[in-house]
Amino acid sequence: MTYGMRRRIVSAMFVGACALSVLIALVPLAMILFFVVREGIQSVNVALFTQMPRPVGETGGGMLNAFVGTLILTALGASAAVPIGIVSGIFMSEYKGSRFAVAVRFAADTLNGVPSIVVGIFAYGIAVLPFRQFSALAGGVALGIMMIPIVARTTEELLLLVPGALREGALALGATRARAVFTVIVPAALPGIVTGILLALARIAGETAPLLFTSFNNQFFSTNLRQPISSATVQIYTYATSPYVDQHRQAWAAALVLVAFVFVCSLAARFVTARVQRLRG
Amino acid sequence: VRDRGDLGFRLAIGAVALLVVAVVVGIGVLLVRQSWLSIQEFGVRFWLTRTWDPVAGEFGALAFVWGTLYSSILALLIATPIALGIAVFISELSPVVLRGPLTFLTELLAAIPSIVYGLWGIFVLIPLVRSLQAATPESMRALPFFSGPPFGVGMLSAGLILAVMVIPFTSSVAREVLKTVPVAQREAAYALGATRFEAIRAAMFFARTGIVGAVMLGFGRALGETMAVTMVIGNRPNITLSLFEQQHTMAAVIANEFTEATGDLYLHALIEIGLVLFVITLIVNAGSRVLIWAMGRTRTPQLAAAPAAAGAAA
Repeated sequence: MTYGMRRRIVSAMFVGACALSVLIALVPLAMILFFVVREGIQSVNVALFTQMPRPVGETGGGMLNAFVGTLILTALGASAAVPIGIVSGIFMSEYKGSRFAVAVRFAADTLNGVPSIVVGIFAYGIAVLPFRQFSALAGGVALGIMMIPIVARTTEELLLLVPGALREGALALGATRARAVFTVIVPAALPGIVTGILLALARIAGETAPLLFTSFNNQFFSTNLRQPISSATVQIYTYATSPYVDQHRQAWAAALVLVAFVFVCSLAARFVTARVQRLRG
Repeated sequence: VRDRGDLGFRLAIGAVALLVVAVVVGIGVLLVRQSWLSIQEFGVRFWLTRTWDPVAGEFGALAFVWGTLYSSILALLIATPIALGIAVFISELSPVVLRGPLTFLTELLAAIPSIVYGLWGIFVLIPLVRSLQAATPESMRALPFFSGPPFGVGMLSAGLILAVMVIPFTSSVAREVLKTVPVAQREAAYALGATRFEAIRAAMFFARTGIVGAVMLGFGRALGETMAVTMVIGNRPNITLSLFEQQHTMAAVIANEFTEATGDLYLHALIEIGLVLFVITLIVNAGSRVLIWAMGRTRTPQLAAAPAAAGAAA
C-alpha cells in the first residue's frame, strides 16, 4: 500500500467515524422519543388534565393538581425572571464596554452553570427556612433564578445584532437613550427575545431538582402560593420510583406532555430564528 | 439635562443587573452560612472519610465525591469523542441541507428534561444494561471494573445517561469553536495536498484551547446533574471501581435526603456538599469560559491580518 493510499483510507475512516458519531447520538434521542410516545400516548386523555389522582391501588384518575402546579410555578418564575433578565440583557448590551457589564455577564454565565439542585438549596434558604414552610412561592423563586441568566444572555446577544444605524437614527432624532432602547432597539430584536423566553420557559417547566425542597409536593389541589404545591415533574419522579404500574403509566403520560411542550417550543424557536436570519439576509 | 437622564437610565437598569451578581454572591454566602455547623464540626475530615451515619451524627462525604467524579469522568470518556465527531461532521463534512436538521436534533437532546431521561433510564436503559451485564463473560468479571451483581442499576447506567445528556453541550460549543478557525487555514492545508482528515486535524489543533473548553463545559454539566443520575445509580455510598455496582453522587444525596434531614448538623452536612458542588462547578465553568474566550481572541488578529495579506499579495 502506498503512503498516499494509506492517507486517503485514514481520511475516509475519519469521515466515517464522524458520521457514525452523529448516528450514535441519534439512537438515544430516537429511543427516548419512541418510548415516551409509545408509553405515554395510551394514557394521555381528558382525565389526565381534569381529574385528581386516585388513591394508590385504584386505577384511572389524572394529574390535574400537578399540571396546574407546574403552570403556577412556571408563571411565578417567569414573572420575576423575564423583566429582570431583559433589563440585565439591555444593560450588558448598552454598556458593553464597562467593567460592570463584564461582571454581570460573568455572573449570568456562572448562574447558568450552577447545578439546579444548588439553586434549590438557595431558594430553600431564602424562601422556605425563614417561614418554616414549603411553598409555591419558594418554588417560583428557584425557577426564576434558573431562568434569569438564559433570558439575560439571549436578550444581550440579540440586542447586539441590532444594526448600529437604527440606534444612531433614534439618537439623531433627539431620543434619549432610554427612549431609543425601548422604542427602537428592543422592538427590533423582539421576535428573537420572545424566542429566548420561550426556550427558557420550556427549560424551567421541566425542572425537578430545584422543586424537591421548595415547592415540595401536594396530593391535593392547591393554588395557594404560601402552601406546598404539586408539579408535573416532581409527580413524575414520585410515580416513576413507586411500585405501582398505574402510576408508571401516568408518569409516562406526563412525560409525553412535557416532551411535546419542549418540542413545540424548540420548533417555534427554530422557525423564528430562521425567519429572523432570512430577514437579515 | 439629557446627560442626567441617561445617567438615571444607566443607574436604573444597572441596579436591576446588579441583582444577577447579587444572586451569585448570595448563593455563595448562604451556602457557607448554612453549612457552618458541619464545616466547624468536621473540617477537612468531612471530605476524607466515608462514614455517613445520620443517627450517630457522623458525616463524611468521600463516597459521594467519588461517585460524582467517577460518573462524570465516565460520561466524559464516552461523550467527548462522539460530541467532537458530531461537531466536525456538522460544521465540516455534512451536506448543507442536513446541517440545520442535525443541529436541531442534537440540541433537542439538551432540551429534554432531566426527569424524562430518568424515567427512560429506569424503564428502558436499566433493563438493557442489566442484560448486557448478565451477558458479560465470567473471565471479565474477574476485573475490578466488572465485578458485582448485574442489577442494571449502577455506575454504568449513570455514566451512559450522563454521556447522552452532555453530548449536545460539548458538541455545540465545539462547533462554535471550529467556526472561528479561519477558512484560509483550511484552504492552505488543502492547497498543500492534505486529505480531509489532515485538514480537519490541523483545524482542530488550531482550535484546541476552545475544544478543551467545550469538553470542560460538558464536565461541569455532568458534575451537577441530579435527577437522571439519582434515578439510575442506585444511591448507595460505595467506593468501588466497579461499573456494575450501585453508587451515589453529591447531587443525588442532596436530592434524596434533604427533606428528611432531621437536626441542624445533618442539614448543614448536606448543604456543605452543595457548597463544594457549587465551588467545583464554578471553577470548571469559569475555566472553560476562559479557554473558549481565549480561543476567540487568538482568532481576531489573524482574521484582521488575512485581508491585509491578500491585499499585499495583489
